[in-house]
Amino acid sequence: MSTNQSRRDFFKTSATAAGGLVLGFGWFSSEAFEPGVLTKTAADTIDFNAYLAIAPSGIITIYSPNPEIGQGIKTAFPIIVAEELDADWSKVKVEQAPLDTKKFERQVTGGSGAIRHSWERLRKAGATARAMLMEAAAKKWSVPISECSTSKGFVMHSSGKKLSYGELATDAAQIAPPTTVKLKDKSNFTLIGTSVKGVDSKDILTGKNLFGIDYKREGMLNAMIQRPPAFGLKLKSFDATEAKKMPGITDVVSFGNKVAIVGKTTWEVMQARKAVKIEWEKEKDLESSADHDRIFKEMLNSTTATVHRKDGDIEAAFKNAYKVIEAEYQCPFLPHSPMEPMNFFAHFKGDSIEMAGPSQTPQSAQNQIAKMFNMAPEKVTIELTRMGGGFGRRLNTDYAVEAAELSSIIKAPVKVTWSREDDTAGGIYRPAVRYRFKASIDKAGNITGYMLHGAGMNAGNATRPDNFPVGAIENTLIQSNDHKSPITTGPWRAPITNFLAYAEQAFLDEVAMAGGKDPIQLRMELLDKSIKSPVGKITYEPERFREAIKLVADKAGWGKKKKGVYQGFSVYFSHNSYVAQIAEMANVKGKPVLKKVYASVDCGIVINESSAQNQVYGAIVDGLGHAMYGNLTFKDGAPQQDNFNKYRLIRYNEVPDIEVHFVKNGIDPTGLGEPALPPTGGAIANAIFKTTGKRLYNQPFSEQGATLG
Amino acid sequence: MALFNLKINGKTYKADVDANTPLLWVLRDHLDLVGTKYGCGMAMCGACTVHVNGEATRSCVVPVSNVSNATITTVEGLSETGTHPVQEAWDEVDVPQCGYCQAGQMMTASALLAKNANPSDKEIEEAMVGNICRCGTYHRIHDAVKLAAAKMKK
Repeated sequence: MSTNQSRRDFFKTSATAAGGLVLGFGWFSSEAFEPGVLTKTAADTIDFNAYLAIAPSGIITIYSPNPEIGQGIKTAFPIIVAEELDADWSKVKVEQAPLDTKKFERQVTGGSGAIRHSWERLRKAGATARAMLMEAAAKKWSVPISECSTSKGFVMHSSGKKLSYGELATDAAQIAPPTTVKLKDKSNFTLIGTSVKGVDSKDILTGKNLFGIDYKREGMLNAMIQRPPAFGLKLKSFDATEAKKMPGITDVVSFGNKVAIVGKTTWEVMQARKAVKIEWEKEKDLESSADHDRIFKEMLNSTTATVHRKDGDIEAAFKNAYKVIEAEYQCPFLPHSPMEPMNFFAHFKGDSIEMAGPSQTPQSAQNQIAKMFNMAPEKVTIELTRMGGGFGRRLNTDYAVEAAELSSIIKAPVKVTWSREDDTAGGIYRPAVRYRFKASIDKAGNITGYMLHGAGMNAGNATRPDNFPVGAIENTLIQSNDHKSPITTGPWRAPITNFLAYAEQAFLDEVAMAGGKDPIQLRMELLDKSIKSPVGKITYEPERFREAIKLVADKAGWGKKKKGVYQGFSVYFSHNSYVAQIAEMANVKGKPVLKKVYASVDCGIVINESSAQNQVYGAIVDGLGHAMYGNLTFKDGAPQQDNFNKYRLIRYNEVPDIEVHFVKNGIDPTGLGEPALPPTGGAIANAIFKTTGKRLYNQPFSEQGATLG
Repeated sequence: MALFNLKINGKTYKADVDANTPLLWVLRDHLDLVGTKYGCGMAMCGACTVHVNGEATRSCVVPVSNVSNATITTVEGLSETGTHPVQEAWDEVDVPQCGYCQAGQMMTASALLAKNANPSDKEIEEAMVGNICRCGTYHRIHDAVKLAAAKMKK
């Protein structure tokens, strides 16, 4: 594979003051670099775009621009660069780059899109550096480049001579970067696809200060913020007379509808917080879960739904049906519950502000903070810390913006830490959604019509109108209603599909039963239809869908299990990847007991086998845990669960065996942080049905009599 | 406020704090030992687990005055360089995703293994059930506990 690129705007090199080669690469091919900016010492080069530096010692530094949340991006990006560079991985050092909107594109952790977005750019970065090192060696030896090759940090000549990248770095820096660079044939990858340990593991396992909550600066104060205890309330008044007298407290201030308690240490702030007397008043409706039930009903019976897609004539299909199947599925609001609660450091300096903390979308935080202070965005600097999970919560920037605002009010460096209760009850939830499905089948059990009506609480469009099984059915109607609730919502790992997949895959199971078809056979026939005569626009590749299904069916022995093993099937396409799952249950004294989950995953090329396996296991555990237990309820606008004593997360003893298989097709990599979660709930619900004959229409399953282990 | 001389990781640390301050916040805010994590503040998640006289203890609910004469070990004291068999096992199995809960997981596991060199699956389960991993790395935690046990036998 050869690619052309503009020398000027893709690659820059320079010798560092300390010697060695610094290679910066732009993430936009359209991006222009300022000349001279690369003539800095290695320590200064942090100002750059993503780049790699080679020291004369042979140590290669690769900067990783995207925020690490546990998805393994800080290891995966450098693997791709190192592969094309032919670096010795044991000599690669990885550094987290700060937010730099001029040099990087998409410094975002979200949408499972980082690898897909940067794949080619990262490969070119490594390959370009390799080409320059080879050219430097060929010049030194006065031999043609064609007689040179590379391996594990060395350039070799056919005569047997070799020079390390470190030895060549200074000379290579003088060479003009090639305009065309040949990328490796994928069959020659030696690092990509192997198991590489997380680059931060050593620091994690020895307790280093990696996370936002660990962040500390000289003179930094600690703060906690009391936000309205119910959605729909606003601040009326507060009295901090007592709190201000308490040890360690430096300030109690209010802004927005919040009261911030500021002091020397976290514990002192927590104590003083209890002594602040606050009055709240009603601003909007104070909704309870019972209200949501009523609102769902109203939405699903309304005639004002927004139509997202219509194929054929759905009314005629229902009218002429041999059988019509209807069902409603519902999920509750969910908090994200990352183990590290929200926090952020801010130091307002009048005409600039320094920020540090865990953010999935630092650029968005930068823009909002800049706007708030009427500053140029570059006056807001953001250091990216490792994130103790996020699951979408840290795509919202509220907690960074409020830290910035507080620092500007108290005129001091401050870290705002949320308690677990703040984090759970503080909003930005996975929206509660109810779906109504309706399908018509003919005598042979084939689906002739398919309607999905989504009703959400601040869910936006709660459907995915171009996703399977749409495209495989002649008559479809996909529509939704949304209720503007005072309860705040946001993306939650695999937004919308984290529940839509369950509802749809359980409903397809019902349709298969009603038509006397095997559940997998039903999907395969539909996919066959969308290959041979697709109906309208589709976003998925049916062939890849089918391969993922075949793989999991084969590995789990679908339909071939001995008596007493009950299997449930589910498959879903999201974030450009395909994941099929089969859950296996046993009937123990009338109760379904989950024994094993098989998964097949088509995310194209796997970058890091160990990390990829870990992601899929984790996503299945996440999907299982939240389907079983996750439930956030409301009374008069107030969340009724605010810590792990009331809000249950899945634990060590509750996970089944898991077996994961990747489809090996050599296709360029796609998302993996999210796609393995959506199918899990459906596979389990369908297995529960097989085991007990009971169909679960609502999450959490535990409140419908299902148990684990 | 009261002055405490705390025996942590083989050293003596001085802390001038309110006697009710939980050990967790003394470690994090006063002694710069931030490997011990805040997760829930009510002993429900295990992220703050340390050893107090060898027992796995949730430091978020233990007032510092209760441990003024105790021998305390935090993740930083397992070994500074990651050479404790539990740290080595966690590294070899490549356990962490986000990594936030893993210090607590390792402190629970190392307390178990110090007392019971050859725990059964049931015994491992009883020890580890109090530690939440939101990323869902439970399978690898299980494998790492097993591997650490094997390493400690050598």
